[in-house]
Amino acid sequence: MPVEVRHHDHGASQLTLLGSALLAAALIAGLYAAGAAVQGARRHDRRWVDSARRAVYAVAGLLTAAVVILEVAFVSDDFHFALVADHSSTTTPTFYKLTAMWSSQEGSLLLWAWVLSLASSGVLYMTRRRHREIVPWATAVLAAIGSFFIGLMIFKAQPFARLDPAPAEGTGLTPLLRNPYMAVHPPMLYSGYVLWSIPFAFCVGALISRRLDASWIRTTRNFALCAWTFLGIGLLLGSRWSYEELGWGGYWGWDPVENAALMPWLVGTAFLHSVMVQEKRGILKVWNVGLICGTFCLCLLGTFLVRSGVLQSIHAFGASTVGGPLLVLIAVVAIGSTLLIVTRLDGLRPERRVDSLLSRESIFLVNNVLLVGLATVIFWGTFFPLISEFFTGEKHSLAAPWFDRYVTPLGVLLVLFTGLGPLFAWGRLSGDAARRLLLWPVLAAAASIGVLLAVSDAGGHPWALFVFGFAAFTLVALAGEFRRAGATRRALTGEPFPRALATAVGRNRRRYGGYVVHAGIALTLIGIAASSSFQTNRDLRLRVGQTAKVGDYTIDYRRLSADPRNERIAFTAQLDVTRDGKHFATLNPARNYYPTQDPSAGAIGRYFMGESTSEVGLKTGAGGDLWTAFQPDVSTLNPDIVRGNRMLANAGPVAQGIAIDVLAQRYAQHPPPASFRVIVNPLVGWIWIGALIGVAGAVMAGWPALESRRRLEAAYRARLGRELGAANPPA
Amino acid sequence: MDPSRKRKIRLVVALSAAVLLAAGLVYTSFSASTEAKEPSQILHADPGHTYQLTGKVVPGSVHHSGDQLDFRISDRDGSDPIPVTYTGTVPDPFAPGREVIVTGKLENGTFVGERDSLVTKCPSKFATTTTGRAS
Amino acid sequence: MEFLLAVAIVVVVAWFVTAPLRDRPSRHDDEEDRAAAELAALEARKKAKYREIRDAEADRASGKLGEEDFRRLDRELRAEAVAILKRIDRLRGAGERET
Repeated sequence: MPVEVRHHDHGASQLTLLGSALLAAALIAGLYAAGAAVQGARRHDRRWVDSARRAVYAVAGLLTAAVVILEVAFVSDDFHFALVADHSSTTTPTFYKLTAMWSSQEGSLLLWAWVLSLASSGVLYMTRRRHREIVPWATAVLAAIGSFFIGLMIFKAQPFARLDPAPAEGTGLTPLLRNPYMAVHPPMLYSGYVLWSIPFAFCVGALISRRLDASWIRTTRNFALCAWTFLGIGLLLGSRWSYEELGWGGYWGWDPVENAALMPWLVGTAFLHSVMVQEKRGILKVWNVGLICGTFCLCLLGTFLVRSGVLQSIHAFGASTVGGPLLVLIAVVAIGSTLLIVTRLDGLRPERRVDSLLSRESIFLVNNVLLVGLATVIFWGTFFPLISEFFTGEKHSLAAPWFDRYVTPLGVLLVLFTGLGPLFAWGRLSGDAARRLLLWPVLAAAASIGVLLAVSDAGGHPWALFVFGFAAFTLVALAGEFRRAGATRRALTGEPFPRALATAVGRNRRRYGGYVVHAGIALTLIGIAASSSFQTNRDLRLRVGQTAKVGDYTIDYRRLSADPRNERIAFTAQLDVTRDGKHFATLNPARNYYPTQDPSAGAIGRYFMGESTSEVGLKTGAGGDLWTAFQPDVSTLNPDIVRGNRMLANAGPVAQGIAIDVLAQRYAQHPPPASFRVIVNPLVGWIWIGALIGVAGAVMAGWPALESRRRLEAAYRARLGRELGAANPPA
Repeated sequence: MDPSRKRKIRLVVALSAAVLLAAGLVYTSFSASTEAKEPSQILHADPGHTYQLTGKVVPGSVHHSGDQLDFRISDRDGSDPIPVTYTGTVPDPFAPGREVIVTGKLENGTFVGERDSLVTKCPSKFATTTTGRAS
Repeated sequence: MEFLLAVAIVVVVAWFVTAPLRDRPSRHDDEEDRAAAELAALEARKKAKYREIRDAEADRASGKLGEEDFRRLDRELRAEAVAILKRIDRLRGAGERET
């Protein structure tokens, strides 16, 4: 096929070179920043540290310019950019042109490096006058990581690769990625991964400079919370997309790449809780440095797994050039942090002992163990093919049932601890208080289990029953905490209860925001337990006009309609669903057939030899979802396709279009039996609702507090004045 | 009981629990796993065993007949194609030339896939670009 | 055109990044900076300690913490708070004496 040579004006076509130059400059600036920061750290010379910080700002600016150039190229269809030619086309909608940048290896690396540079600039700006000992080393770590990713781009995966001459049309975006969830999922996930590097860098700085008190934790607390939140949103979006867009009806498959994002999230959750213990009680210091280094290594591992082809998964592809260097980085980070921790163990000694099991510290310690245990199980299962190959020479893989078997008990225990943590206080909880606090939650758990056993067949699913019981425990415990907050304040100030509650919660957003997150988690786990244990799943084969019964629903396949278009052919089934004789829903699952570029498929055949996507027919409700997917039998079109290919081999697009139209409409009038998958998913919507509540809680917890504390602090100083003994006037 | 003895007991309990969990993991994972093979390896493999077959769908070999899907699967480089027959959900990205994973047994020279065990890898975002330019 | 732009960018960045290196190193500045940094760190710890004292009181008021346990915890926290305040005063005093 002859390629049309496009005549660009000379100026625009040189942008690829400018982009490459910006990357090269960013690499140099990044390496300089790392070197200057180390120089400043060892010589205690502020000028080198300031210079290093400015270099990090420069990297952020240079990468921002690079991103802008690339996005402009996408939007303006500049096919001199190889990336644009391979992942976009003139017919791609503008929104997807913008998001296509990170659908490629090169673009996603650029995104990684860019977000890292922005976050690093932010944290370095905020700490520019503080933490003199730690910041230089943290700067060096962040600059080194950034330089690594920029170097990866320049030498292995150049985003600004050039095509001369530029092709007339681009390949376009894979239909599967033409979806808002999939467009937003990568930036959320990468932001999550990248933001964990901030607390990691400060931890390394604290270890190197032996400033092992909680200051590195305090400074980076909000970054850790943001990282955790973004990673959670990434997981949420990925699973929602899988449920809503793919034709298998599940939201989690224990695929290696799903696990790669879940593991750092779990260990990060442990970190977020464990650092609270260090701040308040001065213990678990070794846990904390270990957890953050572990979280960051798992983030790098997650980035690596998607690109290396090392494990068989939906996302892992053939060996790419980037896998090797990433593995080296992971090894360096893992070994380096281990060495640092081991040589600083004396500085990480606990300031106190855990004296009582009935305390929040103990709960959090068990929490750490549970979460790390869960991550370990998932790690083992994910990497088992490699482990087994190492020991036996054969690759063995583990599927979802094995994961479910081990993850379920740990997950169920976690639900319980989600409720225990908020109930217990720092320091020892008296036996009396424990009895009083646990009474209502335990009653709620027992009642809910009893009711469920009586009215449903939940008895056959013990794990789900435990989840429901523990979730009831947790939700009642959290409600009790809120009630106590309001009641205590009301007793103190006499305000009406709602105002007392609002003020008490507003004064301690970190704690109560955290409780909201816990409530969200409990709801999500209820949704997971219900939808996995009580699901009804049927595969049906129906002719038009046939009905079938699935659970309480009667499904009636009314008709098939065809919508043939240039960019795809869609077949839609109309299903009328009734329950108890009344109309419940009309579902329209569909199947889209996208043409392949392969010329050997034939003029008509190319539509059915390319990719096809499912449109799920979904009816959501508070009690559950009705989910359907549809697979028409297009094999009956084969004789027509063969004939059409032959007749229209040299016909123009108009004739082809008419032929497709006729073919599609004829099929719609006399369709053969089609396959349907129908799933009744109880309570599955609560997974998403719970997750959103969790995100809201995290935002509430992290929201910066207004500095109207002057009076409060002066009051404290006055109270402590006697003990101060000095004649200093209050600040 | 003095505190240091309490701590030692806690440590012993924790370590034992960890060892038990690890032992459980190791023991069950080998028995619950399926071995992964490529088409070139499966021809020499034990016919009664269930395997996880990974390879590329040979273009032109895909036939849907009713519920059943028949295709040929080859190694990544295109060699040793063997026929596969499969019933169940066909993932959206399934297409000729794509890499797939299917679990099942080899029966009389045809690999029979277990129901719903077909997994298709997402189109390669991270391999050499379609213009042939190395990433 | 783009080449000139690239050169200009490199020059500007280099100038921006090396600006601090062209200042004279000042020992006096360094010591002041260190004191200011330490003061900021102490202030942060003080705020955190006040929050802990407040949380302990709230726990006692809502019945989670028994009277004796509260008294022990409160005493500990106040002692720590006082230590921090004393250090802040010493630093502030030293700073005032210098100016």
